[in-house]
Amino acid sequence: MGIIWNADSMLGWIVMAVNFGSVILYGAMGEILTEKAGHLNLGVPGIMLCGGISGFASTFLYEQSTENPSKFVMLLLGLVSSVVAATLAGLIYAFLTITLKANQNVTGITLTTFGAGLAKHFGSVISAKSGSTAIRSAVADDVFNAKIPFLSTDLGVVGKLLFNYGFLVYLAVILAVLLQLFFYRTHQGLNLRAIGENPGTADAMGINVTRYKYSAILAGSAISGIGGFLYLVINNVQWSTALDIEGMGWLAVALVIFATWKPVNAIWGGYLFGFLSKAGAYAPTFITGITISQNIWSMTPYIVTIVVLIAVSFRMKKESRPPAALGTAYFREDR
Amino acid sequence: MSENNAAVRLKGISKTFGHVAANSNVDLEIRHGEILSLLGENGSGKTTLMNMLAGIYYPDEGEIFIDGRPVQIRSPKDAFDNGIGMVHQHFKLIDVFTAAENIILGEEHTGMRINRKETVAKIREICDKYGFEIDFEKKVYDMNVSQKQTLEIVKILYRGANILILDEPTAVLTPQEAEKLFKVIKNMRDAGKAIVIITHKLQEVLSVSDRVAILRKGECVDSIATKDANEKILTEMMMGRKVDLNIERPDPVNPVKRLEIKNLSVRDREGNLALKDVSFVANGGEILGIAGISGCGQKELLEAVAGLAAVESGSIEYLPSGADAPTELVGRNPKQIRELGVVLSFVPEDRLGMGLVGSMGMSENMMLKSYENGNSIFLEQKAPRELAGNIKEELEVQTPDIATPVRKLSGGNVQKVLVGREIAAAPQVLMTAYAVRGLDINTSFTIYHLINEQKQKGVAVIFVGEDLDVLLALSDRILVMCEGRITGLLDARTCTKEQVGLLMTGGMEGGEQNGTN
Repeated sequence: MGIIWNADSMLGWIVMAVNFGSVILYGAMGEILTEKAGHLNLGVPGIMLCGGISGFASTFLYEQSTENPSKFVMLLLGLVSSVVAATLAGLIYAFLTITLKANQNVTGITLTTFGAGLAKHFGSVISAKSGSTAIRSAVADDVFNAKIPFLSTDLGVVGKLLFNYGFLVYLAVILAVLLQLFFYRTHQGLNLRAIGENPGTADAMGINVTRYKYSAILAGSAISGIGGFLYLVINNVQWSTALDIEGMGWLAVALVIFATWKPVNAIWGGYLFGFLSKAGAYAPTFITGITISQNIWSMTPYIVTIVVLIAVSFRMKKESRPPAALGTAYFREDR
Repeated sequence: MSENNAAVRLKGISKTFGHVAANSNVDLEIRHGEILSLLGENGSGKTTLMNMLAGIYYPDEGEIFIDGRPVQIRSPKDAFDNGIGMVHQHFKLIDVFTAAENIILGEEHTGMRINRKETVAKIREICDKYGFEIDFEKKVYDMNVSQKQTLEIVKILYRGANILILDEPTAVLTPQEAEKLFKVIKNMRDAGKAIVIITHKLQEVLSVSDRVAILRKGECVDSIATKDANEKILTEMMMGRKVDLNIERPDPVNPVKRLEIKNLSVRDREGNLALKDVSFVANGGEILGIAGISGCGQKELLEAVAGLAAVESGSIEYLPSGADAPTELVGRNPKQIRELGVVLSFVPEDRLGMGLVGSMGMSENMMLKSYENGNSIFLEQKAPRELAGNIKEELEVQTPDIATPVRKLSGGNVQKVLVGREIAAAPQVLMTAYAVRGLDINTSFTIYHLINEQKQKGVAVIFVGEDLDVLLALSDRILVMCEGRITGLLDARTCTKEQVGLLMTGGMEGGEQNGTN
């Protein structure tokens, strides 16, 4: 057994890590926003699937139905439809858990099952309609995977490493920083965190708990939905592997814990998760003389999360803990 | 009654929860520049009434007038808009936030960004005006109860409250801290604020308030000027009949050494030393009171004796009556210790947290301590049912049925069930913590009576209490603790409240600060 250095393979691995990491990052940002409102949404994988299928279906069907698809319409269609579908899925969760005070875990899991079924169904309907299983939207691929000219091609390794992604990857980083500022520098962010810690206190301070919860969950779902669509984008907008979004969704839930509920931590955490989740494809090129199963490699992000959970609980820092009221329904006149 | 300085007028307020009327047809006036005590037993509807002013509950019937205007208070926000702020009994603070962050929570503002400088300046102004001391950057989880309470008051003043409601403000304070609180409350009154204090402590009512309103069974019976009142009058108004206010204290019966604790050190769950080298003796036929502010180690002490906390070093020797040699309790598990006759009834802050299961009925809760009895694979049901029936009858537990989930009972009744069950175990050592926490006079006396009965039977009673007046009246000896150490052992018949209070905060007798500690 030995280890060999392979620069090309490493470059490919890192680029893949950032792409897949961004998918997980979107999912995690949405979940962080939701959890800060005190709601544990295990429906994130389902919501991401809804966003993915909707973004794919609209761009694919638009491309099929028009002679010269407009790139601008394509851009709008992909984003808006994935956001709308994910928000609607989030609305189901929000209505059940906020207004009807249903159990959050059960509702979330159900939503994931629902999202997976929905994606499978529409995926097969569209495949059947177009008579092929390898369905793909080439124009959407062009639009969402457009690289920055010159920077991505003329700067050698640096260009390939830093400027070789579609715009959604950069948007994720910006969004994470904005979310961090929102949570820790604004009144609304402070109010939202208070709700996640102790809704009774927030309510007594005159904060509209229900409105904040709905806003956070819907906005969070929308962000997660973009993640689902981004998964299709980095796979060249072809449907074949789209159902793997669910696995990405579970990684996103794990990433929230890994990042200790801080969006900025989720950036590098997401890339690390992306790196580890692609280890099965790339790591073997660095190792000679021994074969390690793909399945072992794909376990690594979860193992890392478990290790982090253990480390965090040892540190016992109160700021690194989940929002105190996470998972509980709030009713003002409860006695 | 002058109409012109009425800050709040309640007219015909009623509120019903399910089939229980918490308030019916209450009229009340709260005035500017006056401290009003709202006095009443547990369940008399004091807190419910004030929660309707604070926007937590909405009244079923009745009208509210603020400065003469009729208003609707549908949410806490409406309450703030009308200048009403309430400090709840269980603090409403966010643990992981700083003092400043807690204060600005939910504030109306123009921009999104938090302007730290401006906020801090505004808070400082309030603190200087009334004499509060706050560290703005301190996290709530690092604060003691007194600091938390100060923060609560500053918080509502910051929101512009002119009408302040304080629910049981002294429940968790030392006498010295309570004095300090009363001073700022008087400052606020002199600045023209209207202040309501919800309480069931008569001494407090008499020393701090200007007027007293008395609630009984959800109705406002009367309000009188404090200068015309005394303890006797107030109690009679509160209970609707004459009561004897003296806690009886029979002389110790043949005190024999029952429990000897030597150099005991215990770590709490976070791994900090919560009990440092504690030694004392508890006698049978005697009540040993333990005084100390919360977190001083009383809880760990009781838990260590009951086998619930891991002992770091030291010994706990137990001498049951009739035995020649002592038994070492350290190293035994809670069940063994219980079977030896050492029981602990701990009433936690939320009452149901430890000892009882809320969704179970009385008889099932009895079973929690007896489920291993009997030889059948099925539960022995008859004995627990009988025990529950006895407790219900003897302690007058107000419950429709012994199968009704205890969660649905009022706090006082829940406590009777808990204490009753522990006493039924016929213990040799009875440890009870906060047995009368939040209970009204009537129920408290029932519990004191139960404890005295046990003492006269020769049981060694260890009584941890919050109310120093009660502690002084009920105990034979008082052990004072501070930060895990014993700071004094006093004779309860001769010592004063001030002595105990000073020892509780680590000061030495006579007011000198302990420099070596």
